[in-house]
Amino acid sequence: MAIVSNSTTFLGYRRENGRVGVRNHVIILPLDDLSNASAEAVAHNIKGTMAIPHPYGRLQFGADLDLHFRTLIGAGCNPNVAAVVVIGIEDSWTKKVVDGIAKTGKPVIGFGIEGHGDHETIMKASKAAREYVQWASEKQREECGVGELWVSTKCGESDTTSGCGANPTVGNAFDKLHPLGNYLCFGETSEITGGEKIVAERCATTEVRDQFMFMFNRYQDMINRHKTSDLSDSQPTKGNIAGGLTTIEEKALGNIQKIGKKCTVDGVIDKAEMPTHPGLWFMDSSSAAAEMVTLCAASGYAVHFFPTGQGNVIGNAIVPVIKICSNPRTVRLMSEHIDVDTSGLLQREINLDQAGDKLLECMLRTANGRFTAAEALGHREFVMTRLFESA
Amino acid sequence: MIHFVLHDAHDTVAVVVVEGVTAGTDMTGWIMDEDKTINVQAKQDIPIGHKVALKDMAVGDTVLKYGIDMGKVVAPIKAGEHAHVQNIKTKRW
Repeated sequence: MAIVSNSTTFLGYRRENGRVGVRNHVIILPLDDLSNASAEAVAHNIKGTMAIPHPYGRLQFGADLDLHFRTLIGAGCNPNVAAVVVIGIEDSWTKKVVDGIAKTGKPVIGFGIEGHGDHETIMKASKAAREYVQWASEKQREECGVGELWVSTKCGESDTTSGCGANPTVGNAFDKLHPLGNYLCFGETSEITGGEKIVAERCATTEVRDQFMFMFNRYQDMINRHKTSDLSDSQPTKGNIAGGLTTIEEKALGNIQKIGKKCTVDGVIDKAEMPTHPGLWFMDSSSAAAEMVTLCAASGYAVHFFPTGQGNVIGNAIVPVIKICSNPRTVRLMSEHIDVDTSGLLQREINLDQAGDKLLECMLRTANGRFTAAEALGHREFVMTRLFESA
Repeated sequence: MIHFVLHDAHDTVAVVVVEGVTAGTDMTGWIMDEDKTINVQAKQDIPIGHKVALKDMAVGDTVLKYGIDMGKVVAPIKAGEHAHVQNIKTKRW
């Protein structure tokens, strides 16, 4: 009996624009680093709200600035977010973020600090946040089709058990979701190195293939411009190497297991862009865990599958991150971080179908409200991707 | 008990999936894609998650995993030995 089919449902929050979320966050979103202190003060004043501080937002320009706005606006638009209070140093960039989020129809308001000061800003923002959290706390979940869930994936602190177990588990789950019309996403551009032909062959059309190869080659060029070694210890990381992964090619072949055996790659998006139709999307993205999950959250994904080998511990401020692990040593020594134990795969105690089903069961329970390990442990990483130095 | 796994029957390295593999351990391996088993004796201690060489390899040889090129040999390896950064490097960067 299939865990997911066209008749499977979960209880989600239906937002004003029709998108479905699995959490109901009211966020205090700083535009820039100067606004972190006010944002945190508001979140402290108004229980049930959450500040998302970050270190950037000043003197950025060009594509790097565009990405900054796309990430913040996208995070506010994410269906796991019920309402947003934006705080920035001045009014006009603050308004840009507010207007971007307002397109979803959800409650959003912004405050600029210049000319007012922290105290007045904190007071006005707290008043708005209180209204929002009382409104949001009355929202009820309703029954939604499982196909309405947007699911992203990225692996982290991988080792060889990732490629043999945890990543194929995600692939099996993706193979089962793809026919139901879910929006799915994978990325980590540099980590495809050695396997790019395999991904290219899975692209649904020549246009998608060309777009993928453009993104892949662009990332390779950037690495070649800046590298001072063969990247050993950076990509693969020290953790990957300690776990047994030797080359980027090996890591890539394990990485690619996440797209399963049947999924086609149906579209390509740049960092934090929103996909436009159902299917599996490749997003050009960093392989740094918190950066990539944050980009997925900004693109609108509601749940994240995170296979790990050596034990990556991150979560995300607005998206529940489900940790899957096939390494029996990690499952034993870092048990508080693991949601789905698939170490039985490597001893032939369970098969890939059973592992995929285990992950899908966890996905449904998480969608219905169950805290992931990362949520329970307070991991709320929200990390901006930068493209180059500020001016 | 399964000591190591490989994906494709042509792979020249396999992944040790249990702790405690030392020089001399007789190991049973599982070829995942074909659901068959093979046997290899470990010639060195190999930590869990690390690779064991399935055949002798010379400098310059291509290493196969998942049936695909995963890098080149930079120091000679004998079957049963620990295969990792001391004897295999990327071809890409």
